[in-house]
Amino acid sequence: MFPAPFEYVSAHSLDEALEVLESRAGEAKVLAGGQSLIPMMRFRLAQPQVLVDINPIKLLEDLHEQDDALHIGALARHATLEFSPLIQQRYPLIADVSRVVADPTVRNLGTLVGSLCHADPAGDFGSAALAAGAEVIITSSRQHRSLPVDAFFLDTFSTALEEDEIVTEVRWPKPKPRSAGAYLKIERKVGDFAIVGTAVQMALDEGGRIAEAGIGLCAVGPISLRAKQAERLLVGQSPSAELFQEVARQAARESDPTSDTRGSKEYKQDMVRVLTLRALQRAYQRIQAA
Amino acid sequence: MAVSSTQVSVHVKINGQEITKECEVRTLLAYFLREQLGLTGVHVGCDTTSCGACTVLLDGKTAIKSCTVFAPQVDGHELLTVEGLGEADHLHPIQQAFWDCHALQCGYCTPGMELAVLALLQRNPNPTDEEIRFGLSGNLCRCTGYKNIVKAVHQAAEIMNHPSTSQSVTL
Amino acid sequence: MAIAEEPTGHVMGHAMKRKEDPRFITGQGRYLDDIVLPRMLYMAIVHSPYAHARIKSIDASAALQLPGVHLVLTGADLDQMGLGWMPTMAGDREMTLAVGKVLYQYQEVAVVLAESRALAEDAAQLVEVEYEPLPVIVDPFESMKPDAPVLREDREQKDNHVFHWEVGDRTATEQLLRSCDVVVRQKVRFQRIHPAPLEPCGCIADFNKATGRLTLYMTSQAPHAHRTVFSMVTGIPEQNIHIISPDVGGGFGNKVPIYPGYVAAIVASLKLGRPVKWVETRTENLTETAFARDYHMEAELGATKDGVVQALKVKTIADHGAFDAAADPSKFPAGLFSICTGSYDFPNAFAEVDAFYTNKTPGGIAYRCSFRVTEASYLIERTMDVLADELGMDPAELRLKNFVPPEKFPYHSALGWTYDSGRYAETLKKALERFDYTKRRQEQDERRRKGELVGIGLSTFTEVVGAGPSQTFDIMGIKMFDSAEIRVHPTGSAIVRAGTRHQGQGHETTWAQIVGEELGLDPQNILVEEGDTDTAPYGLGTYASRSTPTAGAAIAMAARRIREKAQKIAAYLLEVSEEDLEWRDQKFQVRGVPSKAVTMQEIAFAAYTNLPEGMEPGLEATYYYDPPNLTFPNGAYLCQVSIDKGTGEVKVEKFLAVDDCGNVINPMIVEGQIHGGLTEGFAIAFMQEIVYDEDGNHLATNFSDYLVPTAWEAPDWETDRTVTPSPHHPIGAKGVGESPNVGSPAAFVNAVIDALSPLGIRHIDMPLTREKIWRALREHGIEE
Ligand SMILES: Cc1cc2nc3c(=O)[nH]c(=O)nc-3n(C[C@H](O)[C@H](O)[C@H](O)COP(=O)(O)OP(=O)(O)OC[C@H]3O[C@@H](n4cnc5c(N)ncnc54)[C@H](O)[C@@H]3O)c2cc1C
Ligand code: FES
Ligand code: FES
Repeated sequence: MFPAPFEYVSAHSLDEALEVLESRAGEAKVLAGGQSLIPMMRFRLAQPQVLVDINPIKLLEDLHEQDDALHIGALARHATLEFSPLIQQRYPLIADVSRVVADPTVRNLGTLVGSLCHADPAGDFGSAALAAGAEVIITSSRQHRSLPVDAFFLDTFSTALEEDEIVTEVRWPKPKPRSAGAYLKIERKVGDFAIVGTAVQMALDEGGRIAEAGIGLCAVGPISLRAKQAERLLVGQSPSAELFQEVARQAARESDPTSDTRGSKEYKQDMVRVLTLRALQRAYQRIQAA
Repeated sequence: MAVSSTQVSVHVKINGQEITKECEVRTLLAYFLREQLGLTGVHVGCDTTSCGACTVLLDGKTAIKSCTVFAPQVDGHELLTVEGLGEADHLHPIQQAFWDCHALQCGYCTPGMELAVLALLQRNPNPTDEEIRFGLSGNLCRCTGYKNIVKAVHQAAEIMNHPSTSQSVTL
Repeated sequence: MAIAEEPTGHVMGHAMKRKEDPRFITGQGRYLDDIVLPRMLYMAIVHSPYAHARIKSIDASAALQLPGVHLVLTGADLDQMGLGWMPTMAGDREMTLAVGKVLYQYQEVAVVLAESRALAEDAAQLVEVEYEPLPVIVDPFESMKPDAPVLREDREQKDNHVFHWEVGDRTATEQLLRSCDVVVRQKVRFQRIHPAPLEPCGCIADFNKATGRLTLYMTSQAPHAHRTVFSMVTGIPEQNIHIISPDVGGGFGNKVPIYPGYVAAIVASLKLGRPVKWVETRTENLTETAFARDYHMEAELGATKDGVVQALKVKTIADHGAFDAAADPSKFPAGLFSICTGSYDFPNAFAEVDAFYTNKTPGGIAYRCSFRVTEASYLIERTMDVLADELGMDPAELRLKNFVPPEKFPYHSALGWTYDSGRYAETLKKALERFDYTKRRQEQDERRRKGELVGIGLSTFTEVVGAGPSQTFDIMGIKMFDSAEIRVHPTGSAIVRAGTRHQGQGHETTWAQIVGEELGLDPQNILVEEGDTDTAPYGLGTYASRSTPTAGAAIAMAARRIREKAQKIAAYLLEVSEEDLEWRDQKFQVRGVPSKAVTMQEIAFAAYTNLPEGMEPGLEATYYYDPPNLTFPNGAYLCQVSIDKGTGEVKVEKFLAVDDCGNVINPMIVEGQIHGGLTEGFAIAFMQEIVYDEDGNHLATNFSDYLVPTAWEAPDWETDRTVTPSPHHPIGAKGVGESPNVGSPAAFVNAVIDALSPLGIRHIDMPLTREKIWRALREHGIEE
């Protein structure tokens, strides 16, 4: 299956890319890892007239900690995250996702930023970014701006990005003391999108109570969801089996899945409960182990 | 202003050889390799980036699915396909191990699988069964049930780690 | 001159490395899509978005205006040429391209021929088709209702019934069932699945107007049969059709039928006088080429209170889709389903199948299966477990009690088969021992007490393969023999050609081993060639585990013919009489005088250089083997699983397959076949199904929805074997390629049901998805 014809631009600098996006607004699309866009083009579900390939812009491969955030450049591949010692040691939530997103070969090209821009509610990184409270850094020839990821997802396959904008990086909060995260996904096989995925990030205060909590849900709504009420139940409490169970039930109530070939609404809702419970337990164990 | 076009000239170093070819920009790399360069060891088994039959190595280390990359994207890069891995009279240890361990039947998944193995072993020269199964999970095989592929990866790892001492037995 | 080396001894039964592999491991295989011909055009297909609709109009003008587009063909065009419809192997007919209406989603409506693949797809998008949707039937139980809309308006018969088939004694079976102490009834569905080899189907049709010859490169498991059918359909004289089936990237039955794409490509090449290539997309593969199974079965099994089986009655509703395109031998509309009494000694049995049309892809092919044997084995193995549960008996014990005993062979089954050989109890006992069955059952008890869900499942199936004897087996009238031709060259090397076509089974190695063994030649010097109808003798092809039982036998018999002539030459060379010679240590030697001997290599040289007077030169033979019976491989499979109560996920903790396929030619290859088939069985049991929604939309159109397990999901396999040779096969071999696919689904399902049996659960239909298991758990009050 072959894409419809298009024009191709190999952008060697951000300015070059932005220039094309501005002059061909509405017709041009950014090509990052291509692991979502090219399959869509092969099925002719996407037929952009111009592809702006940002892969030659080495600057965007950036992955480093600075100030209070981890900077994840637009070309940081899933596999780079998967094998990064920094991620493995300090960002268990990202590490978890990077082992279950797509398959190992697709991970060599696919990017976290591309994944967020694609805004597939079944994208694993969307829910993780929500749980972690990540920030999206956006630029165009007109302006620079940043958005909390909560404000970034608008609808299925739709984001707050304007047609001439590029996401240059995502800033992921640095781990606080006594914090950890976890991501759990059930999928039918490797390379499948989630039946359900749950991301949890939490930090304890010095007294052992939960100071901050984030819960993101994957594939159970029109966009990646945050289980806000469930999060609220956690904050200020001491971790306990009963608390986690209650929170898991609440997360399930906040999910809004639809029935499809991956499973019925009921099943998915119950899986939100099961996975949230397990992810909370795992994150808490990780805090204790550290 | 960057130049946009629907026809491009692609320059790649493929299996050690520098090549320049014209193609339509929408040409998928797998077809560029198969049809423009005659490297038919690159196979195509799906349209959804699922099967890995088209796997090639980018810049010596990164396994990619060549059906999900446009040919112009590899301009200026290096590629390795199965044709560059080894030849019948000079097999790569991975190819030898696939043969010795009966790690193929119809052979359709084999070239892609071998390159995925190479990338895996470069990253992890001593993988466990579990790491092999995990690392190769971007490649489908309908014939072998994978068990003998896992066995072959162990043999290849052994030989690649001790090139002088171990020799595979040819029956 | 290269002189072949002396052989070192027996080559049968050895794990010889495969001779075909060097080209595959180096990327030098030549598959269909690797072939490029001068001036070749590409074909793309326009598909129906509707499952049932009338075609009101087709407008191809925009497509034809694209530069580089040469032709658009529709069903009406083909109909004018008398090719609108084509016969199916099952005696039905199917549309080549849709004529007047479409009967399933993705049906081929038109084809576009263009200079490149991408261009052909561009043009296919521009073909405008206007449809008038019609009511859709996706369920055979709806289709059978008297007031159901008639799908096939082209038939005289004005309902959706395809056929009724039955076998056995209904009255006696029903009577016996009434008098049984215990009768269990179970409905069992074998879902619709697809063989999905990694290489899709395709062809290059190259009609040369000057020579009048059609060369057809084709992903074909049965090139000769296809040649005959193409000749009958198109009217091209058979000698003018040359089919070449190049390296085939897996078949599993998918590449047995003739699909509309092939015929359309041939017609296009005839019209344009240029080669035409068509290679399926994966979507076309999964939506247009034949599916397998889709049987709704119901078994009634009667037994004594101590578990001796008495009678089996089976009623099946078969969903054949829009056309009966099943690939069964002509006299067997339900294939060899009557093997459903399995390995057990049933005094009486009765089975019936009623098939119906629906608005789904046509088919009913034998996916890694000797024609409906998988359905039958799954049914009996599942039902035996239901009986064991009813009786509170260990399923292994129940099976041991009911096996056909060794002394009853050749065994005449209640449904008409003559089983050749088997030592079922021995095979099972070996499996139980190696699996440590007793200990595992104890561990299961302990783990259950701790609240774990653990199950052990068995399957002790018997298959029937190697179709087949000519009095009963034919496909469209062509008897199902197979053939071989062997030519021994002066230097003692040889070429072997057979009517089969391997797709990964290793014939280039195993055929050479048979000849090597029979003639005392080095298999490394024996070239095996298949898949070219101009050179190979006529054969019926490779599917249904028939190659070794038929062509393998033909090869052994042809080799023996050569040996007869060789003996005469040997006598002449040694200056003794023929009767003084014996074939020993793979030489002809004078009885009692081992030093006086000649090798086959010496004889081969003499056959061209130094012959007895009056003898015809050369050393070659052809043999057409008509098997006296089928072969009946069997196996005992054991599986242990555990279940995650939270998610319903099943983990296969251990799987052991003990197979008995008679004498083994190459144990390495047999083991490989078992690994592969078990993995497919695993996929069927847990992951795969072609689902349609109520509007007839196909919901498994590519590998992101039709799931193929990766190395990560696939369990680790343990294998072993017993050897009970087939008494009628020249080398005592039986077929094996399909056993693991036939036998394993029941083992997986039985293990899962065993894990759930404390909850009173007796059956869940495949695929055993997490959700189905989760539902069963929640319904029985089990939560994480
Ligand atoms: C077989 C397969 C399985 C997969 N399974 C999963 C899975 O289980 N879970 C999962 O989350 N994902 C999965 N994916 C998707 C994969 O993770 C993709 O890599 C990811 O979704 C997109 O990243 P990309 O870099 O490839 O983006 P691209 O495909 O290049 O782009 C995706 C979209 O985002 C836009 N875009 C990309 N980068 C930018 C940017 N910097 N600024 C503005 N717009 C941008 C593009 O224009 C396009 O619209 C799978 C993909 C495949 C092929
Ligand atoms: S062809 Fe299947 S992944 Fe590339
Ligand atoms: S060997 Fe056939 S697909 Fe792997």
